[in-house]
Amino acid sequence: MSERARPSTATPQSPSKGDQPIRGLKPESLDEPLLRVRDLSVKLPTGPRQTVHAVRSVNLDVGRGERVGIVGESGSGKSVTVRAISGLLPESRRVEVNGSIRMEGEELVGAGKNTWQDVRLKRVGMIFQDPMSFLNPTMKVGAQIRESLDQGRSSEKSTSATIKYMEMAGLAEPQKLMEEFPFQLSGGMRQRVLIAIALAKCPDIIVADEPTTALDATIQRRVLRSLDDSVSRLGTSLLLITHDLAVVAGICDRVYVMFRGEIVESGTTEQIFYDPQHAYTKDLLRSVKSFTDGSAELYVSKYS
Amino acid sequence: MKSPPMLCASHVSKTFSRKKRAAQGGPAKALDDVSITVTPGDFIAVVGESGSGKSTLARVMLGLIEPDEDGGSVTYDGVALSEMKRDQLLRFRSSVQCVLQDPSAALNPRKSVRQIIAEVVKLHRIAQTKADVDAAVNHALSIVDLVPTEIYADRYPHQLSGGQRQRVLIARAVVLNPSIIIADEAVSALDVSVKAGILNLLNRLRLELNIGYLFITHDLPVVEKVADYVYVMRDGRVVEHGKRAELFISPESDYTRELLAAAPEPDPESARRWLRPS
Repeated sequence: MSERARPSTATPQSPSKGDQPIRGLKPESLDEPLLRVRDLSVKLPTGPRQTVHAVRSVNLDVGRGERVGIVGESGSGKSVTVRAISGLLPESRRVEVNGSIRMEGEELVGAGKNTWQDVRLKRVGMIFQDPMSFLNPTMKVGAQIRESLDQGRSSEKSTSATIKYMEMAGLAEPQKLMEEFPFQLSGGMRQRVLIAIALAKCPDIIVADEPTTALDATIQRRVLRSLDDSVSRLGTSLLLITHDLAVVAGICDRVYVMFRGEIVESGTTEQIFYDPQHAYTKDLLRSVKSFTDGSAELYVSKYS
Repeated sequence: MKSPPMLCASHVSKTFSRKKRAAQGGPAKALDDVSITVTPGDFIAVVGESGSGKSTLARVMLGLIEPDEDGGSVTYDGVALSEMKRDQLLRFRSSVQCVLQDPSAALNPRKSVRQIIAEVVKLHRIAQTKADVDAAVNHALSIVDLVPTEIYADRYPHQLSGGQRQRVLIARAVVLNPSIIIADEAVSALDVSVKAGILNLLNRLRLELNIGYLFITHDLPVVEKVADYVYVMRDGRVVEHGKRAELFISPESDYTRELLAAAPEPDPESARRWLRPS
């Protein structure tokens, strides 16, 4: 492993590329990771003549079976990054995506509609923070999971397969639950339905954007456990986006830290938590820890 | 010297439609014999998960809904809310304020920050002339650190960050010089460092203005540094209560222990054990 790059002393607004402590990024080689993002940049319209440069020059890798986390606060660009990867950015001429997103060696930026449709239906399973914005309120949950199964990669298309994925997602009494509508389920159960829908595709990668942020702590633990178990069983990769550092610490192998559209630091989970290099990362950790450590007061990050 | 006005819920019970709740598998009572006291200057935390009744508690203590007929009472400064005359009720409304979750729903998107706060100032007759109203607005904004106040006063909610919107809600509450503020999930939707900033602000206001808080949250760790006294609620009942230090160090109820264990620490070793205990 080459020597870890030292971060510049500049503020996070202007980290120069060569000084970014980017650890764990595979060099160009024959062994390409499942997902390889280079120089990704996304501009989004915010008004009649205004755009925001939401994502700037992002580089990230996710290997087969790897669990990778992206942490950052609101406005860091983490959600826009994963929506770009999953093909879920708004369709508009004013949305500009530049750079490279390669999945299994295939370039997605600039690819046609069929390729992106394939990505959404078969290759990427997405789990959002708010299940009700994703689930069809007029369709029974069993049917929605079955729909995902039918459109996905799995060769088994049957009710028993639907039940299998429901069980994998930790849903109890799947036969009974299949007949229910989303509004009849609790928050935690709805999130598990989203997990089942994502798993049923047999995707290469599951992308979860704040999957448990809206849930109570006890439920969060159980849902994350189910997600962790099922990802292990299926061998899918996991890209988890959250502002909750503790969740990332528990479930991810590697972490990218985002701030104002850029990745300011990356490394293994141990490196990020026990040996953070960048000022922003250190500040964020200090703030989170101040809630539960022995410090007298809560620490407010300089960058908030 | 007159004792500070206390807001007391005394043996409060609240039942919503029995049939519906039973069908959903929940308890028949949203609140069951709950007694809580908030004194100006105290930081009282109420911790509970979804369905614990904590939001119902907030509404009952704000006088927005009434307890059951034989379900106890809420008193402020010794007078039961149900027995207050009009002028007493008006004073109650300005003395006991609320800051609720989801500022985007609580702030009128078509009004500027100045208009939002001025509306409340004029309604409660804190000031009448434009000059006085503006002064009250600027003062409130400076108290919550939204400075320079002239810039923030002219902004609209969509031009503010989540933390800034929350500060506007606090300013709107504080401009009336309340004795008590009921905050329901006031920091839950905010990023960690913004949360820390808002909690520090609330604590500072408590010390400077002698405001008492009823701070309702599902997130137990959040109150570890700021609360004086903690009530833990489950299924409409208070299962445990005590001074903050005692409750966090040696909780008596299994449920409290479960809540404390449920939150992971930002440390890979312990977080991994939290996730995969075997």
